[in-house]
Amino acid sequence: MMKKNNPTPRRHLPVGQALLTAPYILWMLIFILVPLGVVVFYALTDANTGLFTLDNLGKVFTGSFPAIFGRSLWYSLLASLICLVIGYPVAYFIARQKPSVQRTLYMLVMLPMCMSFLLRTLAWVGLLRDTGIINGFLGLFGLGPFNLIRNTGAVILGMVYNYLPYMILPLYSVIMKIDPLLIEAAEDLGCSNRKVFTKVILPLSMPGVISGITMVFVPAVSTFYISQKLGSTGTTMIGDVIESQFKMAHNFNLGAALSLVLMVLIFVCVGVMNHFAGDDKDGGVVI
Amino acid sequence: MKRLNKVYTILIFLFLYLPMVVLIVASFNTGKDITDFEGFTLSRYSELFHDRTLLPLLMNSLKVALISSIIATVMGTAAAIGIRKMSPKIRSFVLGVTNIPMTNPDIVTGVSLSLLFTFLGVLLRIEEVLTFWTLLIAHVTFNLPYVILNIMPKLNQMDPALQEAAMDLGCTPMKAFFKVTIHEIMPGIISGAIMAFTMSLDDFVISYFVYGPSFITLPVEIYNYTKKPLQPKIYALFTLLFVLIFVMMVLMNIFQARGEKRKTDQRGRGTI
Repeated sequence: MMKKNNPTPRRHLPVGQALLTAPYILWMLIFILVPLGVVVFYALTDANTGLFTLDNLGKVFTGSFPAIFGRSLWYSLLASLICLVIGYPVAYFIARQKPSVQRTLYMLVMLPMCMSFLLRTLAWVGLLRDTGIINGFLGLFGLGPFNLIRNTGAVILGMVYNYLPYMILPLYSVIMKIDPLLIEAAEDLGCSNRKVFTKVILPLSMPGVISGITMVFVPAVSTFYISQKLGSTGTTMIGDVIESQFKMAHNFNLGAALSLVLMVLIFVCVGVMNHFAGDDKDGGVVI
Repeated sequence: MKRLNKVYTILIFLFLYLPMVVLIVASFNTGKDITDFEGFTLSRYSELFHDRTLLPLLMNSLKVALISSIIATVMGTAAAIGIRKMSPKIRSFVLGVTNIPMTNPDIVTGVSLSLLFTFLGVLLRIEEVLTFWTLLIAHVTFNLPYVILNIMPKLNQMDPALQEAAMDLGCTPMKAFFKVTIHEIMPGIISGAIMAFTMSLDDFVISYFVYGPSFITLPVEIYNYTKKPLQPKIYALFTLLFVLIFVMMVLMNIFQARGEKRKTDQRGRGTI
């Protein structure tokens, strides 16, 4: 601590400040930055000899891995766009209610995020399978049974279902802040409903769109449960592969290389997206 | 148009809640299958309460969630206050590192921590490196950003004159913090802590990579359960957790509504 003869005792003391943040900074260095270094280390070393090698990274670009990476990117991009299209009207609707209703609806969107996503995904198996609830219901009208599960559609449905709240919440928090006077002004100046939307509301909600897409895309591209339950062997995603490298094959080095490439891919994708969003720096939305 | 959007929103909410309704209905089913409702029973709940494995696992989850969210809240609150006073360069670096666990996919965070622990285990020759402690460390790590990102906006909204006034009136910076600042940022601390707690309670992906056989949490064990035919008492557990979280959220909602009402009353702006 500083001595009492400090001329400006009322200011925060640098030592005190350092003490406040030091535990946090130390923690994040050891458990965020160092582990990323360890991933790089494992990705670049041989499992048996422990020597430097590019074999692990080389393997990532051969065999079935590139196709699996491509599929993961494509599915999650599709899921993000579907979430955007179906989530936008919901976010808009919530943002235009009275504050008390807004709060309740916000809570109802958030609630599923707190419940076990494993069990909720499993419930979809019960709904979609050939002898499932949906086919049973349609059977009452003499329809079906339809093949609803073990295909691409089911995997994407699972992603949209699981990550839709992550789209609605950031969109809502941006749309809520749009001044209704701006919309009125556009209407007064002769804009049609559609013009009001494309010229005023949509551009102003772009930060929410970008953070919503990011928040759906990142977990969707790395998911490893949905395709195991709702998909087939043809819908394996990169998360499933990484999981099996760690939990079944015990090839940590290849697993690390796959994780590293996944991380870089996501970093590039998010970077490109933010670039397209323009130079609006305060686009970050915290839900 | 407005009516249409209302109907549409209701449909999307049905979509979001349909699988949960299926699980809740299944918890009252006499049959074992999720699709055929054979008859009403409460026996799944008594099975659950007599279960010797699931409840201890739930206790484990609550334990990790509680301890990790408390540690993260204390460390995060201190850090959030300190970060604001840093030079812009260091601040943007620290905030950048804070963002890593938010933007990195959970699987990468889990894998990287698991590799760190394995690496240290090899280095220090520890046989079973994955224990309660590794799980706790991982949970604190992913909880910290939520706490900080919830508190930072409250600190930015706060009038700096308030703290100065307290210090002019003779408070030490420490006292000023406990008398003034902490009250101003309390909503942020509480929502950060609650968010950390719920994230931690429900976390599966990261825990799955850093848990050891000596300490297993509920979501991890549910994953192992879902590989086999599911026992219906899990649906009962899901239903109870649903009710618990629902009640918690309603309380939080009321708490927030009161806070806002008090603020508007203080400013004398009339009703919202």
